[in-house]
Amino acid sequence: MSGGCRHRFGAVFLAVFVSLGSAVSGQNGDVTAGEKVFKQCKGCHQVGQDARHRIGPHLNGLFGRKAAGYEDFKYSKSFRRAGAGGLEWHADTLDAFLENPKAIVSGTRMSFRGLKKAQDRADLLAYLRLYSDNPADIPEADPTAVGVDHDLDPAILALQGDPEYGAYLSGECTTCHQAAGGDNGIPSIVFWPEDDFVVAMHAYKSKRRAHPVMQMIAGRLGDEEIAALAAYFANIEE
Amino acid sequence: MTLDRRTFLGAAAAAASLSAPMVHAMGKPRVVVVGGGAGGATAARYIAKDSKGAIDVTLIEPTRTYYTCFFSNLYLGGFKEIDDIGHTYGGLATAGVNVVHDWAIGVDRDAKTVSLAGGATLPYDKLILSPGIDFVDGAVEGWDVSAQNKMPHAYKAGSQSELLKAQLAAMPEGGVFAMVAPPNPYRCPPGPYERVSMVAHFLKQNNPTAKIIVADPKPKFSKMALFQEGWANHYEGMVDWIGDDFGGGNVSVDPDAMTVTIDGEVTKVDVCNVIPAMKAGRIAELAGVTDGNWAPVNAADMSTKTDADVYVLGDASQQGDMPKSGFSANSQAKVCANAVRGALTGSKVFPAKFSNTCWSLIAPNDGVKVGATYEATPEKIAKVDGFISQTGESADVRKATYVESEGWYTGITNDMMG
Ligand SMILES: Cc1cc2nc3c(=O)[nH]c(=O)nc-3n(C[C@H](O)[C@H](O)[C@H](O)COP(=O)(O)OP(=O)(O)OC[C@H]3O[C@@H](n4cnc5c(N)ncnc54)[C@H](O)[C@@H]3O)c2cc1C
Repeated sequence: MSGGCRHRFGAVFLAVFVSLGSAVSGQNGDVTAGEKVFKQCKGCHQVGQDARHRIGPHLNGLFGRKAAGYEDFKYSKSFRRAGAGGLEWHADTLDAFLENPKAIVSGTRMSFRGLKKAQDRADLLAYLRLYSDNPADIPEADPTAVGVDHDLDPAILALQGDPEYGAYLSGECTTCHQAAGGDNGIPSIVFWPEDDFVVAMHAYKSKRRAHPVMQMIAGRLGDEEIAALAAYFANIEE
Repeated sequence: MTLDRRTFLGAAAAAASLSAPMVHAMGKPRVVVVGGGAGGATAARYIAKDSKGAIDVTLIEPTRTYYTCFFSNLYLGGFKEIDDIGHTYGGLATAGVNVVHDWAIGVDRDAKTVSLAGGATLPYDKLILSPGIDFVDGAVEGWDVSAQNKMPHAYKAGSQSELLKAQLAAMPEGGVFAMVAPPNPYRCPPGPYERVSMVAHFLKQNNPTAKIIVADPKPKFSKMALFQEGWANHYEGMVDWIGDDFGGGNVSVDPDAMTVTIDGEVTKVDVCNVIPAMKAGRIAELAGVTDGNWAPVNAADMSTKTDADVYVLGDASQQGDMPKSGFSANSQAKVCANAVRGALTGSKVFPAKFSNTCWSLIAPNDGVKVGATYEATPEKIAKVDGFISQTGESADVRKATYVESEGWYTGITNDMMG
């Protein structure tokens, strides 16, 4: 990301976020590397099981959260203003904030000079995303989106699925995911673009997306089967 | 020789009757499904829906409203109303299933017919039985079905669930709730322990000095570490679980005196929930497809080992590694529906794939789950891979698990009933 973004950020947040998306995308974060980067944050922030507010707020469920969003944490005035002004934590805003915190929230009490290397930021975000992962965010979309987070073989994406086979296999999905769409605690999977569906399922299969049921179900689906399901659900009859 | 009118008619009639089976074979194939629960409703709906009218599907189910056993414990805990867990059959009728509210009382496998209590006899090409469970006679000394009003099982949901809930609410202050837990194998392995949790939750709110005793013939049970952790966290000192090591299997009850005797020790109780040993719903036995308490089936398509045209789904089947759950029955039904449709219409039959996940609620927003995937082998349905919630999980994870179970409930009931 170039320095140009920084001063654009100084202006109105919301307008800028949209244009930032592309700057972040394409960078693949590495969770293990991100865990190492997180050591720099650990003195003040907790994340994961039983994480609590310390000097800084805990970072579970960070993605999609309004800045200064916790009632039980005492934020700087500057941060509260940013939150009231509409700042939300998405992949792009977090990336910009981490690059130069004071440029985004000038009066933040967070005494951290920022992560200059784009790869470090991408790694850290990949790590933090583990604790924000919500099945409702699939397909890989705002707020956790960091672009295409897979090196999925193009041949896999190019597979033409057999919708009839997909119809049969879909029985395994519709015990939980409603065939008519609708989300009552379990996200809708109908009418997704086929590529998004394939990418999401392979992310579960490779355990890059966290969810035990989905990792188990996707874990034994072959490439053809995932393609078949994608083809079926993309055009499911209503 | 001239052909007189009479001979001619006779010959024509003979020809007609000879060709009758042909005409029938060229007509619509007929599937009869007995039992409109998790297995039967799903199978009926999928065959009707996917064959697009090419197969005649009749479902026999005596009740007009199916109360799901799943979430019936949440009803006891006060998280659901009874109407939330009741489902009618209009969706199936709309999907093209001929829904007949009657009991199947016999199966003639040679004639390929099912007889109904109302007097009708229905022919079938393929018969699918998903009758759920019945109780083994004499399983708990002192208890039989005639005592179910004094000591309810509440293991078939509906009036029994309402009765148990009313008894729970009427318990005197500091009273005793007893449960006699069933031996393996039985419907819903975590079910009795989720029930203990929900009863404890209700009592904690309404009758905090009351106690729960569980007499269990098993030394351990499903999700045991998770439940015991939860009981210690939420209901400290309230639940006394007596496993087999401490004589929990040596139990008798006296429904008139309202006493439970565990390993020789007599206790006067206020409510007694007796969950006896189980067997396949009786119609499976009447059809002659059981071996012992359950009906052995082939894993590839859920057809019985006894008769390739009779299939058994869900709790009544003996299939291998899958637990007896609504999720399992629903999963098996879809494999069976695909195979039955293929056999009758020549549609493509895909390889069997099964899965299961059982969620349980321990306390408000404290949900846990266990699940696995399965495949068909020549011997049985065999487990492939699985997972279970961990002890010590964060409150966020447990809440998310509970929210997910709500989503699953909507999903599976829509999948069954349309
Ligand atoms: C307390 C409790 C909690 C549970 N929780 C869960 C859970 O959270 N998740 C889960 O997956 N499972 C759960 N289960 C298990 C689940 O309810 C059963 O495994 C499931 O219902 C089995 O489906 P089935 O089709 O075999 O039988 P059922 O669903 O019981 O359906 C059988 C049907 O057949 C009908 N029938 C019986 N005999 C005849 C006859 N002769 N003629 C016509 N009709 C007949 C009955 O009226 C009934 O409607 C729970 C069970 C209990 C008791």
